[in-house]
Amino acid sequence: MTDGAATRSAGAEAGLVSEIKVRAAMIRRETIRLIGVAKSGHYTSVFSAAEILATLYSGVMRISDDPEWAERDRLILSKGHVAVGVYPLLAERGYIAPELLNEYTRLGNPLGDHPDMRRVPGIDFSSGSLGHGLSVGVGMAQAARLRGYNHTRIWVLLGDQELNEGQIWEAAQAASHYRLSNLTAIVDRNQMGLDGRTEEVLAVEPIRDRFEAFGWWVVEVDGHEPDELAATLTNLPHAGSQRPVCVIAHTVKGKGLRYMELSRVWHLGYLAPSDAGQALRELDQP
Amino acid sequence: MTRFVALAPSNPQSWDLADSQQMNHSAVAGLVLADLAERDSRIVVLTADLKHSNGTVDFERRHPKRFFNVGIAEQHMVTMAAGMATFGLVPYVATFASYASLLCAEQLRTDLAYPGLPVRVLAHHAGISLGFYGTSHHATEDFGLLRSIANMTVVCPCDAASTRRALVDTLDLPGPIYFRLGRGREQDVYGPGAPQFHVGRMGLLRTGDDLTIVANGITVSAALGAADRLAGEGIEAAVLDAHTVRPFDAEGLRSVVARSGRLLVAEEHNVIGGVASACADALVDAGISGIRMRRAGLPPDEYALIAPPTALWAHYGLDTDGLLATARELLGS
Repeated sequence: MTDGAATRSAGAEAGLVSEIKVRAAMIRRETIRLIGVAKSGHYTSVFSAAEILATLYSGVMRISDDPEWAERDRLILSKGHVAVGVYPLLAERGYIAPELLNEYTRLGNPLGDHPDMRRVPGIDFSSGSLGHGLSVGVGMAQAARLRGYNHTRIWVLLGDQELNEGQIWEAAQAASHYRLSNLTAIVDRNQMGLDGRTEEVLAVEPIRDRFEAFGWWVVEVDGHEPDELAATLTNLPHAGSQRPVCVIAHTVKGKGLRYMELSRVWHLGYLAPSDAGQALRELDQP
Repeated sequence: MTRFVALAPSNPQSWDLADSQQMNHSAVAGLVLADLAERDSRIVVLTADLKHSNGTVDFERRHPKRFFNVGIAEQHMVTMAAGMATFGLVPYVATFASYASLLCAEQLRTDLAYPGLPVRVLAHHAGISLGFYGTSHHATEDFGLLRSIANMTVVCPCDAASTRRALVDTLDLPGPIYFRLGRGREQDVYGPGAPQFHVGRMGLLRTGDDLTIVANGITVSAALGAADRLAGEGIEAAVLDAHTVRPFDAEGLRSVVARSGRLLVAEEHNVIGGVASACADALVDAGISGIRMRRAGLPPDEYALIAPPTALWAHYGLDTDGLLATARELLGS
């Protein structure tokens, strides 16, 4: 599925794979803790993307200690409601004070359910209204070229039901027209919108065919397998390929807590303290 | 085109396309930006399949690598520009005002104003200047919509010279700017000696203690014409160019209107939500009462009729004769 990339990196990347697993577990645990403060949040949308985010922040994205480094890679959280799973990564990197997490969503705290680039170092664009992120990415990829940042890659994390938004396809046609090989969209194919299964709400398949028809290079991965993710995301076509890349990451909404997996009622939710404790124990089981 | 002219004898003053192309002298944005871009590498220009209508083709000719035709995808264009701005670029996006404001309202708010990014929106063919192309192509709600967006600057230069000054003088202004522009055939008001464009400060074009006329865009020259005619009757009308709708120059308005106690607001916009509403806000905020006021604009519940733009302006009382009639009514009240 990953065109041989997985085998090339197997073994040599054992350390990386274990790092991703640890980080993904941290994302899930911290998401439970933070939503416990807010008393409402998108657990399941984070859980499906936990390994994707962990991989990006485990050396795949070119970032530095300075969140404003001009030539850094950018990550646009087009599915902005995943932000609660990203804040702990920003704290881990030292971009934000870890204490801020304790007051997540409370009055005056910069961290909300949807991320604000002006208040949170390490957030590359404010998001929340679905359908905008890929256009942001097209603009950033084009700007990176104009600036001569030849090693800067623009990553856009898309939801799957989000692909219903028309502006996604306005951006998709532009990305291939401009041959933006420095742009990578990752579709968190967690199979669910808010109202139910994507194919019942409004079909998004065939995602691969759709992106290919729009001129993109498409690769599919198991979005919960760190080795596959790492191998794919570190072996993307180089700048000479002249095509933007769409990574379809097959995931499960709510992955990690059995009762949340592919459950419609858990799109937004709250775990009472006793349930949160139980959830953390379930996450710790192999 | 020849056949069209033969079938429809027309007057250039009607702005019929076939006869009025030679009047097209104020769609200067493309040329101005091309000049600015010679010494400022931050400037990029985007349009949505309208480069010949808005003159951005003039920019493309000189800076092809910094020009992006996004096709007919206006919402994407605005958001794409936002992404570019995060890299330190200063993008100018150009499309019809109806699309720039109404179609892209959320992108203006959420992607430009909320993050405070310096994207400039060239919203041209504003108001009812597209005449018989109809309501889909008219923008008579944009001031009202944009006035309530935090961090948004809204300007409305009235001719070629002030458009040039507005573009040059706002290059480094933080945050997004909505430039409400006409169709490119507007009469000269300022001429080559146009003063510096002070964002947030009204231009006092004429003084007078009997009446205050606040205008912007296409209504500025009409207001000056009405003031001239009134002067012939011994009535002195002050004329203010409210070229900045947001932030609105409340103090500038109050200092002038206090002298006359009579206020006529003329705008190519629905009478709700635009310049007249901004004036009313300014007066109420300062606790000023007793000002007699009339609003010239599109009636609250009316979409413009089908007609050439000059006929529409006359119909809605936005030309010199119309403003004169409303002014007389106000003076007699």
